[in-house]
Amino acid sequence: MRLALLLTLLAALTAALFLVSLLTGPAGLSPARALAALIRGEGTAETLVMREIRLPRALLAAMIGASLGLAGAAMQGYLRNPLAEPGLLGVSGSAALGAVIALQTGLAAAFTLALPLAALTGAVVAVGLILALAGRQGGSITLILAGIAVSAMAGALTALALNLSPNPFAAAEIVFWMMGSLADRSMTHVWLALPLMVLGWALLASLARGLDALTLGEDVAESMGHALPRLRLTLVAGTACVVGAGTAVAGAIGFVGLVVPHILRPLVGARPSHLLAASAFGGAALLLAADIAVRMILPERDLKLGVLTALVGAPLFFHLIYRTRREGLT
Amino acid sequence: MPRPAGPFTLASPRASSLVALAVALLGATAAAAGPPQRVVSLNLCTDQLAMMLSAPGQLVSITHLAADPMMSVMADQAAGFPLNHGRAEEIHALDPDMVLATIWTPRHTVSLLERLGLRVEQMPLAMRLEDIPDNIAQIGALLGREAQAQALIADFRAGLAALAPPPEMPLRAVLHNANNYTSGSGTMAADLLVLAGLANVAREAGITGGGTLPMEQIVMLAPDLVIQAQRYPGASRAEAVMDHPAMLALRDRGGGALADAEWVCGTPHVLRAVARLAALRDAATEGN
Amino acid sequence: MSLLTLENLTARRGPCPVIEDITLSIGPGECVGLIGPNGAGKTTLMRAALGLMPAAGRSSLATLDRTARARVAAWLPQNREIAWPVSVQHLVTLGRAPHLAPGQQPGAPDHAAVDRALAAMGLQDFRHRIATRLSGGEQARVLIARALAQETPLIMADEPAAGLDPANQIALMSVFAGLARDGRAVLTAMHDLGLAARHCTRLVVLHRGRLVADGPPAQVLTPALLAQVFAITAHFAQGPDGPVFQPLQVIA
Repeated sequence: MRLALLLTLLAALTAALFLVSLLTGPAGLSPARALAALIRGEGTAETLVMREIRLPRALLAAMIGASLGLAGAAMQGYLRNPLAEPGLLGVSGSAALGAVIALQTGLAAAFTLALPLAALTGAVVAVGLILALAGRQGGSITLILAGIAVSAMAGALTALALNLSPNPFAAAEIVFWMMGSLADRSMTHVWLALPLMVLGWALLASLARGLDALTLGEDVAESMGHALPRLRLTLVAGTACVVGAGTAVAGAIGFVGLVVPHILRPLVGARPSHLLAASAFGGAALLLAADIAVRMILPERDLKLGVLTALVGAPLFFHLIYRTRREGLT
Repeated sequence: MPRPAGPFTLASPRASSLVALAVALLGATAAAAGPPQRVVSLNLCTDQLAMMLSAPGQLVSITHLAADPMMSVMADQAAGFPLNHGRAEEIHALDPDMVLATIWTPRHTVSLLERLGLRVEQMPLAMRLEDIPDNIAQIGALLGREAQAQALIADFRAGLAALAPPPEMPLRAVLHNANNYTSGSGTMAADLLVLAGLANVAREAGITGGGTLPMEQIVMLAPDLVIQAQRYPGASRAEAVMDHPAMLALRDRGGGALADAEWVCGTPHVLRAVARLAALRDAATEGN
Repeated sequence: MSLLTLENLTARRGPCPVIEDITLSIGPGECVGLIGPNGAGKTTLMRAALGLMPAAGRSSLATLDRTARARVAAWLPQNREIAWPVSVQHLVTLGRAPHLAPGQQPGAPDHAAVDRALAAMGLQDFRHRIATRLSGGEQARVLIARALAQETPLIMADEPAAGLDPANQIALMSVFAGLARDGRAVLTAMHDLGLAARHCTRLVVLHRGRLVADGPPAQVLTPALLAQVFAITAHFAQGPDGPVFQPLQVIA
């Protein structure tokens, strides 16, 4: 399929799901009323619901979904491994740890961007650890083991930080940080996440040609003029920016970065550069759909997004592991 | 713990006869063994009632929660008591002749204490305003302090009677707690709202007992007054919902906070909460 | 004019030198076979020459900036990695990347170069096949085509003939010899001394990290050198169809 056509279709799907997301919610607004309130500000309560509750929720779903899809495609391209993904490798979990520490120490209240920057720091540490542990020629086994180790450490420290909190509600929020949710987010969160995300998108997009060259291995990529240390640094920084910013406001949402590139890879002729753009749109669409689903399944309770993404992603993960083993890729 | 909804009637013959029955039954057991001399309480609410009713020296230990000003209106008085954390080992070491627990005390704790040979009394707690006098009477009977209990009940009734009559057009209020949790009809908090001349918006939304009300729905119900729970130190996403821009916009119309300590236990102190709610109502009425 | 000049190039793994004090120059029109037993340092020599690993001494390539170097020398490593199931055409087009400005899409000259490379390796009919689903030998040819599409004055290849059938081995060496005749240069590590003797204009022999012989095949492949470096005897003659080299026995 031609890339332009595919991107157009994915953008249309994302736009349609964005609209459905805006029209989904327990307030019981008709589509006409909802859109009138959103666009023209008709009705005090309706406008408040549309502009302060539903709009930021839909925006965040699209932004975070795009970020996770993009980060997944970039990590897979760099590591040349379809099992790489920020959630599975503990990058999201470490970002959550950074966010929790910032919140519980009061650092998050010190200045505006403290929360996303703390999450970014957590993500940087995790990506750095993964690349160091998995090594240059790291196979699937090393990669997954490194991911398990980083995830376990981040999860334990997050639980510890939350249990040490003087706040009686904090300990119960381990689920939020591990599974992610967009319930009751506001435009404040959108503005908090957006600057770092835009920076991260730009960094990851700049990897396109380098990732294509890496299809032929590190030696060839380097001989074709790509500076691998800079490529690696860009990947670490870009992934940390988008995953950190997203996790700081919505918790760790897994599997999006695994599922989306996997589904879209055949449609872009497996080219890592084309997969980046396609996965960004695909991720946005997937997370919007998941966030619509959680509100439809349990409208009054905060079902975590990670539950749905894992239900879709885990079976795919099994399949990928099985195929990886069968093809003898280590 | 949902209970059937309905208007509460403090002076109903049914309630009084129940109290009398309970007092008679419990009094009989207490008389057989004599009033307990070393009482340990395992629950914040029995802590407070026991502190109000017990004879000097009769109450040996209360929970650490009773000394926490965030949770307890009697934190000052609690400072004089040894505090426990509800662990069987420390309770046994206190050598009590009666342990005041509740029907929600963990089953394994109760059976462990009983196997250690301790007398454990499992009290129901007052879930509604109408339960409070019964509850006081029961604790009084267990402690052998019936006269003090009757005096406390009389004080409470006098306090209720002295409340200003509710206005004809009550303001519509919502109780907004962490995680969008609210109290619908049939709860102590809802009873207090009514006493303070406020209509509970959660009841309009069909919420019975405690439950969550999605923020969108709260906004659409457009309450005149948003009453928030108190804040705890540290941070939580659960409490962050109270600072959501949509809730801030609602609170511009009328808002205030209610301390958990003032109504979490069914003791005569709930009258303080009613007074505070009434003050919030008056401020909001002037604002509107 | 020289396309590659090495002066006293030394590369170490830990404290031990893997190649030591190599001085060498390759000019246009040369098809140079780099020969030597396993572990002689052939791969290290080429990687160090490209600047892909740290080395002491001087390499004319390693001093160029990365983009300029990618337009001067194409590198074909021994391990044949194709990470994703991309089409043959896309894979070969990757070789054009050093000639494109950032964000520039391949144009007509690039497509022409890709076509030439595919034709040289006999891959015209494989254009739309998925590279990872081809046989090992076919994959090797696709990767060679990628290096050819880079259209650099110098191609450096590490045992490119390994795993190819005889026809494809001969075809590959003919392509390399043809490139040399057109004024370009090839440096290729290889183990098949017969192929080397027939198709290379010059042989460079590495033994224990040192350059021990350098010259036309007939001058290099002497019984003394074969015995000393490879521990073999061989039959080497000028036949009616060109030089014939056949290893015979291992010297105990």
